[in-house]
Amino acid sequence: MNKAPRTRGQVLVALGLVMLALLIAIVLFGPVIAPYSPSKTSPGSLAGPTAAHWLGTDSIGRDVLSRLIIGGRTTLVITSAAVAIALTVGLILGLICGYVGGWVDLAVMRVLDIIFAFPVFLLAIAVVAALGPTLRNLIITIAIVYTPTLARVVRAPVLSVKRWDHVEAARSIGVGEVAIALRHVLPLVISPVLVQTSLTLANTIFTVTALSFLGLGPPPPDPNWGSMLAEARQFMELAPLTVIGPATAIVFASLTFIVLANGLREVLDVTASR
Amino acid sequence: MTAPPLLQVRDLTATFTRGSSATRVVQGISFDIAPGEAVGFVGESGCGKSVTARAIMRLAPEGTPLTVGGSIRYRGQELTDLPEPAMRDIRGRRIAMVFQDPMSSLNPVMTIGAQIDDMLRRHGGLSRQAARRRTIELLGLVGIRDPALRADDHPHQFSGGMRQRVLIAIAVSCQPDLLIADEPTTALDVTVQAQILRLLLRLRRELGMALMLITHDFGVIAGMVERVHVMREGNIVETGATDTIFTAPTHPYTSALLAAVPRLSERGTA
Repeated sequence: MNKAPRTRGQVLVALGLVMLALLIAIVLFGPVIAPYSPSKTSPGSLAGPTAAHWLGTDSIGRDVLSRLIIGGRTTLVITSAAVAIALTVGLILGLICGYVGGWVDLAVMRVLDIIFAFPVFLLAIAVVAALGPTLRNLIITIAIVYTPTLARVVRAPVLSVKRWDHVEAARSIGVGEVAIALRHVLPLVISPVLVQTSLTLANTIFTVTALSFLGLGPPPPDPNWGSMLAEARQFMELAPLTVIGPATAIVFASLTFIVLANGLREVLDVTASR
Repeated sequence: MTAPPLLQVRDLTATFTRGSSATRVVQGISFDIAPGEAVGFVGESGCGKSVTARAIMRLAPEGTPLTVGGSIRYRGQELTDLPEPAMRDIRGRRIAMVFQDPMSSLNPVMTIGAQIDDMLRRHGGLSRQAARRRTIELLGLVGIRDPALRADDHPHQFSGGMRQRVLIAIAVSCQPDLLIADEPTTALDVTVQAQILRLLLRLRRELGMALMLITHDFGVIAGMVERVHVMREGNIVETGATDTIFTAPTHPYTSALLAAVPRLSERGTA
C-alpha cells in the first residue's frame, strides 16, 4: 500500500486536507492573524489595495482582509456546528431506522421526507423567520434542513449490512442488538457517510452565506461572508475588491469540501471493496 | 447413552411466514445429543438442517419471521420460551456455532484479535490483558502461526481456511458444551477441508464438547461423528450409527445420497 503510486483520489484528499487546514487556521487563529480589528475604521473608505490594507477598505473604512478573516470564522463555525448536529442526529436516526425497521422506520422516515420535500431555502427562511435571526437559530435551522439527507445516507447501507453473515455470527455468540448495531454495522457504513458529510459541508457554506446575505444571519456589526457581500453589493463598481474578497472566500471554502468529498469517494470505494 | 442428554429436541417445527403464506420447513423432528457426543445431520440443500440449527440458537434469518414450535431443552432447561437476555448468555457460552462462509462471517473492519477479545470479555469477564493472552493462546490452539503477530491483522489478510480457524477459535473460546458446525467446510477447498475437520475433531476431544455437524456431504461425516441423522424435506428419515448407515442404509433416500458421493475410482469408467 505504501509503495503503490498515488491515485487521483489520494491526490484530491491531500489537496482537500491542505485547503481544510487553511480554513481551520482561520477559525483557530483568526484574531491573531488579522492585521486590524474588524470594526476599526480608518480614514479613506472604499480604498484600493495599499501596503497597510492589502485588500483595501470597505464603505466605512474598515479593513477588508481583517473582516474576511474574522467573518470567515463566523461562517465556518456556523457551518461546522450545523453539520455536526445534522450528522449526529442523522447517524442516530438512520441507524435506528435501518436496523430496527418496521413501524419505527416508517414513522421517522416519513417525517424526514416531509422536511426533505421543502426547498432548502424556503424551509430555512421560514424557520429563521419564526425563531429570529440569531447565531444559535441559524445553526439549528441549517441542522434541521440537512438532517434528512444524512439520515438517508446512513439508513440505506445499514439495511444491507445488517443482513451480512458477520452480524449473524456476532448474534450467535451472544452479542446484544445495541452492540451489534454500534460495533458490527455502524463502522461498515461510515464511508458513504463521510463523503456525504463533506458534500453537505460544501452546500451548507452556500446556505449559511445566502441566508446571511438575505439578512437572516447573525446581526451586524459582526462580519460574516454573506453579510459582507450584501454590504459591498451597492459599491461593487467603485471598489470591486469588497465583493471579490468574500466571493472568492466562499468559493474556496466550498471547493475545499467538494474536493475532499470527491477524493474520499474514490479512495474509500477502493478499500471498501471486499 | 446412559447420561441425561445435553440437548433434547422434541417435535421441533419451524415455519417461515411471509404475508399470508406460511411454509413449514421443519416438520416436527426429535433427537437427543449426549454430552461430548458427535452427531451428524446430512441432507440436500433446503432439507431443514440449517434451520434446525438456527432454531436451536434462536437465530432467525433477518427479515424472514421464523416461528419455532415444539420443545428444545438444554440440560433440562426449556430454550423456546427463554427470555432474550438469558438466551444471549446461552449463545456462545453454552452453545456456539460455526458458519458456512468464513469469508463473510468476520467483521471486516475489526482486527482478528479484537473479535476474539470481545467474546472473551463479554462471556468470560476477562480483563483486557487477560483476554489478549487467552486470544493468542486460542489462535495457537487452532493452528494459526505467529498468533501474537497475526492477532493484529484484519480478516482480509487471512485465507479462507485461516478465517474458518479464527471462527472456530471464537466459537470455542468460552468452552461451550455444544458446538454446532453448519457446513463448516463447504466454502473451502478440499485440502483445507480435511485440516478443518481434523481441527474440529481434536478440539472436540480436548475440550470435551458435543458436536452437531451439519453437512450435505457424506464424505465429511465419515470418521467425524458417531451417529447420523439423515434429513429430507424437514423430516429425519433415517437415524443410525455412522458405520451402519454407510454399510447398510435402510432408507432408499440414504442410499441415493450415498451413491451421489463422487468416487475417484469411477473416474476412468465415467
